[in-house]
Amino acid sequence: MIRSDIIKTLIPVLKDELVVCNIGLPSQELHMMGDQPSNFYMLGTMGLASSIGLGLALTQKERVIAIDGDGSILTNLGTLPTIANNVADNFILLIIDNGSYGSTGDQATYAGKKTSLAAVASACGCDTVIECQAEDTAATLQAAKDSGKMTIIVAKCESGNIPVPVIELDGPVIKHRFMEEVKRKNA
Amino acid sequence: MSVSDQIVDSLVRNKVEFVTTVPCKQLGDVIDGCEAHPDIMHVPSNKEDEGMGLCAGAWMGGKRPAIIMQNTAIGVTVNTLSSLTQFYNMPLPMIISYRGEIGERVAIQAEMAVHTKPLLAQLGIQTYHFHEPDDIRDLDSILNHTYMTRKPTAVLTDSNFWGGY
Ligand SMILES: [Mg+2]
Repeated sequence: MIRSDIIKTLIPVLKDELVVCNIGLPSQELHMMGDQPSNFYMLGTMGLASSIGLGLALTQKERVIAIDGDGSILTNLGTLPTIANNVADNFILLIIDNGSYGSTGDQATYAGKKTSLAAVASACGCDTVIECQAEDTAATLQAAKDSGKMTIIVAKCESGNIPVPVIELDGPVIKHRFMEEVKRKNA
Repeated sequence: MSVSDQIVDSLVRNKVEFVTTVPCKQLGDVIDGCEAHPDIMHVPSNKEDEGMGLCAGAWMGGKRPAIIMQNTAIGVTVNTLSSLTQFYNMPLPMIISYRGEIGERVAIQAEMAVHTKPLLAQLGIQTYHFHEPDDIRDLDSILNHTYMTRKPTAVLTDSNFWGGY
C-alpha cells in the first residue's frame, strides 16, 4: 500500500473529525477523496501540521487528528518533545511513513533508512506511540480515538504517488470553514 | 512596575491566552511571567517556526495567540510568516527582543539587527519599535490592532527599552 491507499481507508474514520493535514500530496489526496469543512489543508510551511494540530488541541476540547509525513516530521523534529511535554488527550498525530519525500518525487528520507520515528517519539517522551503496517492504519486510528489518550501513530507504507489535482481553495476560505466547524463542535 | 511585568499585564488585559516563547536573555522575566500567570497557557517552542504553527492552531481553536522571541528568528521564519500566518490571514503579535542595537555588547548580534527591519518591510509586516520604556503604553493598542487586522505584527524591543544590559 502507498500513502493514498492509506488515506482512502481513513476517510470513514476521519468523518466529522477536526483534521490538520500535511502540505502537498497528502492534503491533495485527502481533499480529492474526502473533502469536508473540518479539514484544514496546510498548503505551505512544510513540517508544521503537527504544531498546528497541537496548538488547536490544547486550546479547545474537540479531538484533533494531525496527518503528517516522515519527511515533514524530520524537518520539524522539535515538534515531538513539545508534544510529549504538553499532553493533550484530544490529540492524535498520525505519521504516514513511506520513507520518502513523496510530494517532491520520492527522494529517500532517513526515516526509510536507519532512523525510527517511533523510537524518536518515544525517546522524546511521548507516552503512547504505536507503529503499524499500512493495512492496519484505519483500525489503529480508530483504537486511538476510542482510547481518549494522546497517541502518536507511525504507519509504515510503500513509497509512491497517484495523480491528484491541486487544491484551489483560498487560504482564508480553508481557515474560515474550518474555524466554523471548530465553533460548531465546541458549542 | 518593570517593563516585563507591564508586557505580561498587557497580554492578560487583552485576553492573550496562548503564548509560545523561544528564550532570549532580555525576555527572561516576560517568559517567567507568562509561565506563572494562570490566565496564560505557555507552551515553549524549540524553534520559532514551530511556535508560529502552535499559534496558528491556537487561533483556530478560539484563543488569542502571541509569540515571544529574538529578532534573529525573523531569519528563521520568513516562509512561515508568508505561507502560514499571512496566507491564511491569521493574527500574530510577535514581541521581539531586538538584539544588536546600540548598547549591544555582542558584535555578531548586529548582523541580524541590520536585516531585521528590511526583512519585516519586505514581508509587509506592521512593525513597531519600542526604544523608551514608556513606549510600552502602545502595546494594548498594538495587540488590539493585530487581532483586528488578522495580520502578524512585530514589536521590536531594543536594549534601551529594557534599561540596557
Ligand atoms: Mg514521506
